[in-house]
Amino acid sequence: MAAGDDLKLIGVWASPFVVRVKLALSFKGLSYENVEVDLTSKSELLLSSNPVHKKVPVLLHKEKPICESMVIVQYIDEAFAGTSPSLLSSEPHERAVARFWAAYIDDKLVASCIQSFRGKTEEDKSEGTKQMFTALENLEGALKESCNGEGYFGGESVGFVDVSLGGLLSWLNAAEVMSGTGIKIFDPIKTPLLAAWTERFRELDGAKEALPDNDMMVEFARKRQAQAAAVVAASEN
Amino acid sequence: MAGEGDLKLLGGDASQFVARVRMALNIKGVCSYEYIEQDLFNKSELLLESNPVHKKVPVLIHNGKPIAESLAIVQYVDEVWDTAGAPILPADPYQRAVARFWAAYTDDKLLRAYIGVNVAATEEERAEKVKDTVAAISQLEAVLADGGKAFFAGDSVGYLDIVVGCHLSWLEAFSKMYGVVLLDAAKSPIFAAWAARFGETEAVKGVVPETDTVAEYAKKRRAEALAAKRKN
Repeated sequence: MAAGDDLKLIGVWASPFVVRVKLALSFKGLSYENVEVDLTSKSELLLSSNPVHKKVPVLLHKEKPICESMVIVQYIDEAFAGTSPSLLSSEPHERAVARFWAAYIDDKLVASCIQSFRGKTEEDKSEGTKQMFTALENLEGALKESCNGEGYFGGESVGFVDVSLGGLLSWLNAAEVMSGTGIKIFDPIKTPLLAAWTERFRELDGAKEALPDNDMMVEFARKRQAQAAAVVAASEN
Repeated sequence: MAGEGDLKLLGGDASQFVARVRMALNIKGVCSYEYIEQDLFNKSELLLESNPVHKKVPVLIHNGKPIAESLAIVQYVDEVWDTAGAPILPADPYQRAVARFWAAYTDDKLLRAYIGVNVAATEEERAEKVKDTVAAISQLEAVLADGGKAFFAGDSVGYLDIVVGCHLSWLEAFSKMYGVVLLDAAKSPIFAAWAARFGETEAVKGVVPETDTVAEYAKKRRAEALAAKRKN
C-alpha cells in the first residue's frame, strides 16, 4: 500500500458515508489510520474536526480536516491524482455527468430509501418505496449509458458514482432484511444492470476491504431497533 | 475562444441556480451563448428532453450535450474554459474541498431555511425559518471573518462567492414580502459588506434576478406548497 501521508479517518464502521471514504482510500491503495468514534458520546477530536455538523466521516490529512463524504472522495482523488485509478474522468463532460449522478444519489435515492424504511405512516413508506424505485430506474439508465451494463458507472473501472452508490450497499441490504416486506432493492427483474453491478462491485478487493459484513449490519440494525423499542416501552410504563 | 462551440443555457428569470451559472460564464468572459428562458409552469420539449430526470433549470447544452445541476455546470464551465477569465475553483485540493463543503452547506442550510420562510403555513413556522436563515448567514459570516479577505475566494470572486451570492436576491425578495429581516447588517456586518461588494462585481452584471420577478415566482411556489400540505 502506498504511504498515506498521515491520513486519519474519523468514522463509525456502520455508516454508509464513512464506507464511501474507505472505498475511495482502498481503491487508491492509500493507507490510513481508522479512528472509530462513539456517536452517542462525541469526542473532542470529532467536535473540533467537524464543528459545523459534528458528524462522520471526517478525513484528516496532515491534521487538516475535510468533511462531507463526496467532498472527501473528490479531495482524495485530487490530492492523490498521481495514484491510480482516477475516480473522476479527466474529460469535463464525463465529470459533470458523474457529479450529476452523485448529487442524485444523495438527494433522491438516500432520502427515498430512508422514507421507505423509516417512514412514520404506511402511506409515507409506500411513497418512499415508489420514489426509491424511480431513483433506481434512473440509475439503471445511467449505468447503461456509462458502460452498457458491462462495467461500472466509471466505465471500465470504478469511479466517483460507483463509490457513492457502493458505499450504501451494506446499509441497503440491512434495511431490506429489517423491513421484512420481501422488497428486493436491487431487483434483477426491475433493474438487471444494477443488480449485476452490485455483484461485480462486491467482488472488487477494495469493496471487500471497505464494505461492512452484511450479517454484522443486520445484527447492528436489530440491536438499534431493540434499543429504540426498549426506550418506548420504558416510557409507556 | 477555446471550447465555445454551440452553447445554450436553458434558464428561468427568477432562478438563483441559473443566475449562478450565468455568473460563472461571466467570470470566464463567455458571453456568446443562447439564453433560452423557460416557463417552469409549462415546460418545453427542449427542457424535458435535456433534463428528463429533474425537468429543472439550469441546463447548459454545449455542442448538443446537456449538463444539469448548477454546481456540476459551474465546475464544467471552470474546467472547459480553464485558461479564460479567472479560475472559479482554486487550484489547491484542500481549498477546493473547503469551498465545496461550504457550497453544500449553503445549498442545504441557507436555501432550506429561506425557502421555509416562503412556504411556512403559520407565523410560528415562519419565525422559526427566519431564525434558521439568520443562523446560516451567521455561519457564513464566520467563514468570511476567518478568511479575512474581500471575497470568500480571496481578493476576487470565486466558487463560494457565486454559490452564496446567487441567493441574495431571494433573501431580499422574502425580506420585503414578509416584512422580516434576513440579512441584518448589525448582526452580520462582514456578510452585509461582502454582499454589497459582490453586487458591484463584473460577475453579476446583468444576471441577478429582479426582486419583483422572484416575488411573483415565489408566490406561485408558495401556493403549490400550501396546496400540497393541505392534501396530506
